[in-house]
Amino acid sequence: METSLILVLLLAPFLGFLFNVFFGKAVGKSVSGIVGTLSVVVSFAVTLYFFLQVNQTGKPISVSLFDWISFRDFNVNFGILLDQLSLLWLLFVTGIGSLIHLYSIGYMHDDENMHKFFAYLNLFIFFMVTLVTGSNLLVMFIGWEGVGLCSYLLIGFWYKNTEYNNAAKKAFIMNRIGDLGFLIGIFIIASLYTTLDYGQLKELIVGGTNGGNTYWIGAACLALFIGACGKSAQIPLYTWLPDAMAGPTPVSALIHAATMVTAGIFMITRMNFLFDLAPQIQNIIAIVGAVTALVAATIGLVQNDIKKVLAYSTVSQLGLMFLALGLGAYEIAVFHVITHAFFKACLFLGSGSVIHALHGEQDMRKMGGLKKVMKITFVTFLISSLAISGIPPFSGFFSKDEILMTAFHSNIALWGIASLASIMTAFYMFRLLYLTFFKNFRGTEEQKHHLHESPGLITFPLIVLAILATVGGAISLPGNSWLNGYLEPVFTKVSHEAHHFGNTEYMLMGIAVIGGLIGIGIAYMKYIKQSQVPGEDSEITGFSKVLYNKYYVDEVYDFLFVKPLNALSRFFRDTIEPALSSLVYGFGRTANYIGTSGKTLQNGSIGFYLFGFVLGVAAILTYLFLAQ
Amino acid sequence: MQNILQEIGIENYIFLSALLFCVGVFGVLFRRNTIIMFMSIEIMLNAVNLLFVAFSTYHQDAQGQVFVFFSMAVAAAEVAVGLAILVSIFRNLSSIDIDNLKNLKG
Repeated sequence: METSLILVLLLAPFLGFLFNVFFGKAVGKSVSGIVGTLSVVVSFAVTLYFFLQVNQTGKPISVSLFDWISFRDFNVNFGILLDQLSLLWLLFVTGIGSLIHLYSIGYMHDDENMHKFFAYLNLFIFFMVTLVTGSNLLVMFIGWEGVGLCSYLLIGFWYKNTEYNNAAKKAFIMNRIGDLGFLIGIFIIASLYTTLDYGQLKELIVGGTNGGNTYWIGAACLALFIGACGKSAQIPLYTWLPDAMAGPTPVSALIHAATMVTAGIFMITRMNFLFDLAPQIQNIIAIVGAVTALVAATIGLVQNDIKKVLAYSTVSQLGLMFLALGLGAYEIAVFHVITHAFFKACLFLGSGSVIHALHGEQDMRKMGGLKKVMKITFVTFLISSLAISGIPPFSGFFSKDEILMTAFHSNIALWGIASLASIMTAFYMFRLLYLTFFKNFRGTEEQKHHLHESPGLITFPLIVLAILATVGGAISLPGNSWLNGYLEPVFTKVSHEAHHFGNTEYMLMGIAVIGGLIGIGIAYMKYIKQSQVPGEDSEITGFSKVLYNKYYVDEVYDFLFVKPLNALSRFFRDTIEPALSSLVYGFGRTANYIGTSGKTLQNGSIGFYLFGFVLGVAAILTYLFLAQ
Repeated sequence: MQNILQEIGIENYIFLSALLFCVGVFGVLFRRNTIIMFMSIEIMLNAVNLLFVAFSTYHQDAQGQVFVFFSMAVAAAEVAVGLAILVSIFRNLSSIDIDNLKNLKG
């Protein structure tokens, strides 16, 4: 019963994928979309069933489907583990996934390749479910690679545009770098513990096996962290995520905001027992997270593409989650993942709704005044913006506040950086909101004429997500956290005795809220009071130009890696390859030359042959005499 | 037997043999008539036979002379084969000049 239900959970999206690949074009757009959506809804329903069961019994469900690799004493099962952590992740992957599928039916309806879009989305959900539910690192790796593939396919969905294809390739290659790290981490763990199963690993590590070998454990953690960096867009591998906005907006919402990019956080949370043994790596994670949060937030301040702002905000928020991970506060990172999934999915879908209304326009300088026509989109967007800015009582406030509080208790510098990033977040989110929805419309007359609220299929997911973004914080209220209790079995040590709530905590909370309000206030002054509109690209000067050009990181990478690599390729193509081939050709040519010139010796004249013969005999005799 | 070698030293036989051999070699190298070349080859063979016999006497060992008999028998057979080839060449080319035999050219 359980096994078959798990198979339903796992295979429903895959069957949806197969259906859409083979019959999607034949059955038409509506059926294709409905089948795609239903297959994810089925997964969601099964997940919900298991979630309620596990929540009640507290016992994880573990099923081994088949033996995959058996080599001496090293065994890998293709196993499924449904414990508190994976079920939580599944809930929002399939839940938000369903909503976004529904949204896509409305959003992608004019696209000729809609069946392909749903096929890819379903495949993505399948791999994401594999990633989350696998009972060992290798199964997770299958999902990990699979979601990378789907991300590539969906970023380059509009494949006729070369720029989009380049963005897809960039994402794929950046991810490959991380994947290599992940793989090396898996190898190290396999050689240290001869198992990859989470349960066995946890037992071994908690039992103290190899506890002295901190050097290798640290190396494994670092390698895994590099993998997480690639997938979750942290410095130095974050540049692919903003470019990934080339994909259709539902993809940005699902893959590049809510689910796939949180895979790195999931992995580190999964391996928390290992990371606990490597405090120096945890420090690195915390610092990388904090710096990423700040850097991405500063870039987000000046971007003018509505999706780019959201992309940098995603990178920044992921940075905050990594900060929490680095501080050992896994449950808080998970909490922020969940609330972030709600409000960021809502923001992306909202921006999609705006782009839909403007027929593909993404530049905020050409928007404005949409509040009047797109009421539902505006309200949901406002709620999500408040949530991401950390304004109570919206969900983002609780999760972000907990991260800040944890940071404050361990390192005040990290707290400062994170707080600064939060203020900036509030600023650029409201800059986005004001520029898009307030004042007068700045686009063309024709666009203005066509402005409309999006259809129900698009607004319904927005409403649901906005509600979740509002109340999502309830799962982990300060002092009375359902989430912490629920996740407790996943972690080895309860690192934080529930925060003792005193004056400091209330003060921090106050500072965070005031910071958020200051950010919003500055945005209000600039864009509502003074009615500023960001200038044309050529007018941007000074430091904002550096920010607008993303610190020239792409150019630096181009200079440091791409150009030398291209030069190396050219060197190999123009120098090494000709040299090698001329060597090989040389053998042939020499043989040929010897042949043609030797041919003339065989001139058919018997006298000549005899002369050669006698000469040869004479030479041999002479040699023999001389040799004696 | 011994007295023959005493009268004429062994080295004279060797010189004669070498001379005969060289005559054969030069005959082969410089004559164009196939029959004469063939005869030159026979001269070389007989030069060697002579040497065999001379050393056989010198060493008081009959083995060398036995070899000469074999060698002469084989030579006779070889002459028969060689002449047959010559006849066949002559029938094909109406000539036995080796300069005309260039069909083996590569």
